[in-house]
Amino acid sequence: MTTQASWNQDSARQIIAGKKKLDGALLPILHALQAHFGYVDEAAVPLIADELNLSRAEVHGVITFYHDFRRHPGGRHVVKVCRAEACQALGAGMLEQHAKKSLGVDYHGTSKDGSVSLEQVFCLGNCACGPSVMIDDKLHARVTPQRFDSLIGKLKGGR
Amino acid sequence: MAIDLFIPMDATALALGADEVVEAIQQAAKKAKADIRITRTGSRGLFWLEPLVEVATPEGRIAYGPVTPEDVDGLFAAGFLQGGKHDLRIGKPEDLPYLKQQHRVTFARCGITDPVSIPDYLAHGGYKGLKNALGMERADIVKAVADSGLRGRGGAGFPTGIKWQTVLKAEADQKYIVCNADEGDSGTFADRMIMEGDPFLLIEGMTIAGLAVGATKGFVYIRSEYPHAFAQMNRAIEAAKLAGYLGDNIQGSGKAFHLETRLGAGAYICGEETSLLDSLEGKRGMVRAKPPLPAIKGLFGKPTIINNLLSFAAVPTILDQGADYYRDFGMGRSRGTMPLQLAGNVKYGGLIELAFGVTLREVIEAFGGGTLSGRPIKAMQVGGPLGSYLPYSLIDTQIDYEAMAAAGGMLGHGGIVVFDDTVDMGAQARFAMEFCAVESCGKCTPCRIGSTRGVEVIDRILAGIDRQKNLNLLDDLCDTMRDGSLCALGGLTHMPVQSAVKHFGADFNRPPGAAAPRQAAE
Ligand SMILES: Cc1cc2nc3c(=O)[nH]c(=O)nc-3n(C[C@H](O)[C@H](O)[C@H](O)COP(=O)(O)O)c2cc1C
Ligand code: SF4
Ligand code: FES
Ligand code: FES
Repeated sequence: MTTQASWNQDSARQIIAGKKKLDGALLPILHALQAHFGYVDEAAVPLIADELNLSRAEVHGVITFYHDFRRHPGGRHVVKVCRAEACQALGAGMLEQHAKKSLGVDYHGTSKDGSVSLEQVFCLGNCACGPSVMIDDKLHARVTPQRFDSLIGKLKGGR
Repeated sequence: MAIDLFIPMDATALALGADEVVEAIQQAAKKAKADIRITRTGSRGLFWLEPLVEVATPEGRIAYGPVTPEDVDGLFAAGFLQGGKHDLRIGKPEDLPYLKQQHRVTFARCGITDPVSIPDYLAHGGYKGLKNALGMERADIVKAVADSGLRGRGGAGFPTGIKWQTVLKAEADQKYIVCNADEGDSGTFADRMIMEGDPFLLIEGMTIAGLAVGATKGFVYIRSEYPHAFAQMNRAIEAAKLAGYLGDNIQGSGKAFHLETRLGAGAYICGEETSLLDSLEGKRGMVRAKPPLPAIKGLFGKPTIINNLLSFAAVPTILDQGADYYRDFGMGRSRGTMPLQLAGNVKYGGLIELAFGVTLREVIEAFGGGTLSGRPIKAMQVGGPLGSYLPYSLIDTQIDYEAMAAAGGMLGHGGIVVFDDTVDMGAQARFAMEFCAVESCGKCTPCRIGSTRGVEVIDRILAGIDRQKNLNLLDDLCDTMRDGSLCALGGLTHMPVQSAVKHFGADFNRPPGAAAPRQAAE
């Protein structure tokens, strides 16, 4: 399971310092912050802006442009359901409905017990064996509604 | 001596349980006191057989698949380490018609070698192209690529040699090589397979590009939906550095090439080349107006070659075997081989590399075995989410850039998605508009606003409200988006939408609230 640190100014500074020399450092920094904290805290914006010599508005604009970056803490696990055509051809539409219903949330929502955030994704490169679901960084193929429930069950069980 | 086993660590193989199979085999081997050595490979691209386990025997590799952990004890009992008989035994993979009938050029090594072992890469013909390139004049390298007839594999099919020539001629203190590994099209996974299964091929191709135009630095921009590919690319780059194939002095030539990876962040538009460059620079992925071309003013304002991963991956073969060798595959103005990707509702989905000129029928029926569901094919979408939906009656269309265009479609990155007769084409058209609305970079009004309006109009059509009036409105909207958009996201969304209306009119003319056909059929 993913254990995520709670927001901490000093670790954030360290993470930023570690990446700021890269060409086009902003995305690598945001990815690193999100990997560490599970989201990109508002308080990171001025820190990044200072280090990269950007305006806060520019940093904010980048964070909001990309679907990947969360601005608030999510669930302990992120479940991404593929909505794209090759998976649709194998019943992704039904799987989506099932996922929303069984977790009791819509996309970008987090289940009541805080265990799972649900996200949509457009293709995971597993198009020959859909429907596809990614849980944290683990990919799953041929996910039927039953299989979805058992995967989610394991997440909730293994807290 | 240890018995060699080969098991993929390709993302789809992992998604089907390859790691669990490896674990079960290791445990069973321990119990049986069998001395085995497992190499994790890429996938051969026969995905219905994954996880595919191959055993090295005196007669060659013998494959078993699809293997589950539950099968492992039985496999040991059947003596599979010696190639013994078992229900899952497939025999030599290269004897399977699915592989035998392909022209594996780009994918010759994928699924066979250890993807991050330089010695393995060399032993299987790797880095011969680079070796030749190191002894050639820049212009001659570019000429070889031009003479091969290679056209960009990212979608637009632009001649690669012409692009390289432009960057070669540009004067600058710094030039860049950028690999577009954003692979956002649904139904495509060839870029991913190379990154996971033969990453040195990409590194070699990009290094040759650097030598050809005098660029010393390159980036691979990989979509974040591909964490396995990203990790594998990083491992391969480290191995290439250690072996002197990347760095300041490539194989003692005095020539430098440095390569880094960057991760996208879930935006489809960042596959568009100028948006990708902005994203690489750490900005919002907004599409830039052209000109200037990236070849003149690209990454950080410097002359830049940006190509799709498969374009770079074709280059080592061209430099090794010669432009003619590559050119002799294919037909008309589509030269070489095309790694097609067969996906969706199909029995035998996978990677099918063929010379241009086969028909959709050969790929979908002969290779693919028809639909997975066993139901009739209703539609095929070729070329990703911006590609047209083709009806079954067009299944004899040839697969090359020009023939696909003549049929009202496009080849794009080579993805072929099959749908059976339960698909509701009204829903597919609606999805195409919704996708455009979600992924629009926001620069052009017709794309940003038009797509949202498009969803609403299609909803009204499907609900039976003023159908004819709204169908006309949808046509107008599609025309406006086509003519008023800066890039192909807004500019091509009319393709899936209007092709659905044109070929599958009945799906837009059902009584409102009629049950979705999928449920009705079951
Ligand atoms: C919306 C959009 C998405 C695109 N996505 C990709 C992609 O994922 N991968 C890719 O190689 N090209 C993609 N392209 C095409 C690129 O803009 C560009 O043509 C390509 O990278 C050039 O490389 P090539 O000449 O080797 O094909 C996309 C274009 C558009 C308009
Ligand atoms: S067509 Fe859409 S995605 Fe393309 S530049 Fe315009 S707004 Fe951006
Ligand atoms: S955050 Fe926008 S699609 Fe998931
Ligand atoms: S369409 Fe779902 S994995 Fe590609």
